Amino acid sequence: MNPAMVIARREVRAYFNSPVAYIVVAAFTIIAGGIFFIFKFFLTQEASLRGFFETMPMLFMFLAPAITMRLIADEKASGTLELLITMPVRDWQVVLGKFLAAMALLATTLALTLVFAITVRALGPVDRGPTIGGYLGLLLMGGAYMAIGVMSSAFTRSSIVACIVAFVISLGLFIVGQATQYLPAGPLQGFASFIGIGTHFDNISRGIIDTRDVIYYFSVMGICLLLATLSLESRRWN
Amino acid sequence: MSDLMIEVEGLTKNYGITRAVNKVSFGVRRGEVLGFLGPNGAGKSTTMKILTCFLAPTAGRALVGGHDVFTDSLEVRKRVGYLPEDTPIYRDMTVLEFLEFAAAMRGMDRDKVPGRIKEIGQRCGLGDVAGKLVGELSKGFRQRVGLAQAMLHDPDIVILDEPTSGLDPNQIVEIRSLIKEIGREKTVILSTHILPEVQATCSRVLIISGGKLVADGTPDELRARERGGRYRVVVESNGVAKDAIRDRLAMLSGVTRCEAVAGEDGAHAFAIDAGGAGDLRKPIFRAAVDNRWTLLELARESASLEDVFRNLTTGEEGKS
Repeated sequence: MNPAMVIARREVRAYFNSPVAYIVVAAFTIIAGGIFFIFKFFLTQEASLRGFFETMPMLFMFLAPAITMRLIADEKASGTLELLITMPVRDWQVVLGKFLAAMALLATTLALTLVFAITVRALGPVDRGPTIGGYLGLLLMGGAYMAIGVMSSAFTRSSIVACIVAFVISLGLFIVGQATQYLPAGPLQGFASFIGIGTHFDNISRGIIDTRDVIYYFSVMGICLLLATLSLESRRWN
Repeated sequence: MSDLMIEVEGLTKNYGITRAVNKVSFGVRRGEVLGFLGPNGAGKSTTMKILTCFLAPTAGRALVGGHDVFTDSLEVRKRVGYLPEDTPIYRDMTVLEFLEFAAAMRGMDRDKVPGRIKEIGQRCGLGDVAGKLVGELSKGFRQRVGLAQAMLHDPDIVILDEPTSGLDPNQIVEIRSLIKEIGREKTVILSTHILPEVQATCSRVLIISGGKLVADGTPDELRARERGGRYRVVVESNGVAKDAIRDRLAMLSGVTRCEAVAGEDGAHAFAIDAGGAGDLRKPIFRAAVDNRWTLLELARESASLEDVFRNLTTGEEGKS
């Protein structure tokens, strides 16, 4: 098995052995469900998950740092990183393994929210396409958020600092996207909507999957995971 | 592959403006147990971190098992088992889970893993803790898990950073005998600042101080270097003046200091320090015969490794 997969498997096990993961996942599901049903679903009276998808860019800002903050920072603090990294594994494999573990937990969390889809479906006909597309989009966007979290965790020895850094970066990208509505049409607005992490999801939550959005999310993941790898490698720089 | 398992040449490591390791060169042959000795902060851990590819050297070169630690680090890491200082092991895993994880990371053949874990667990005395969480283990058992992990993939080279620190005397004896056993087939480097440890386990000693290599040899060779050392002479006092004897002894060539010390009743005792390598027992004996002293005691106190260590490393301690 690839070392990245070995690391991912270990991290997933670590998640499910600790109460923190259960609390985070449960809190996320309850809050997401609450917001969706109380503020969106019953208000719009529309058998669609769009209201649920719309809240995700904001909720992921809290979920992702909570899931990823300890992944690398904790290993630095406890010294286990030294043992891990002196095994025959490349630095990018360490980073990828951690990222995959976070993605596995994200997928589990999203699987729990399928209950909402089932509930909505019981109340009215749901368009299948936008729902499936929305969930795929959530995984993509979630990947970007998780990658930001993994990167932040690689930058520091303190998981609290990692959490805050990840939150601030995500918030920054989110706010830039929100600012699009207030900016005059032009290159600045175009730039803002390109950078914004939530704006790319708007299309997806409407059921449109645009390659530009997909490319954006993969770029964020790529850049963040690369920076995380470089940060790990920097111990060997002079 | 040559007999040299580890070759280090002009190894230098800077942390910012601090030079932690300064032009260190040495070689380690197969089957040697090398003790890395030095005060805290002398550069032992840094050197080990470079050899295990955790850090890169600022200058110089290190080959481990014939592979360069910088350009060919994956190959080096495959051949090395490493126990970092303070035994950092995932506390949320059981011993068995952790060893399985290490085996998987090493890409070991999955069918052979359970057998190998059982075998290594027996050798390291893990007994019935396999199902326990690492975080719940005593320091001694955690250390054994660390050793088991370092040997799991049957590496040619085992590097142990302070393997006995924080253990109680019984555990220390156990871990030492384990290391000795490992040393029979493998090349072992261990670091310590505990001197008896080196005498008990190592076939060769490197003393490092202030980042520099200050001595290299077997424990006996290092002790011999300090010889000349110190002698104790006791002469029956019947009528002979203490000062006369002292002056006569002080005249012997090689004597740097001769002092009367407290002796039993009716005897004069002297402590003699000598420089140089020669054995002063013969001249002392002859002087006694010539002067018709009755020699009650004549002993050479060989220097301990502690003396060697202190002589070589004092003056550098403040730099840590």
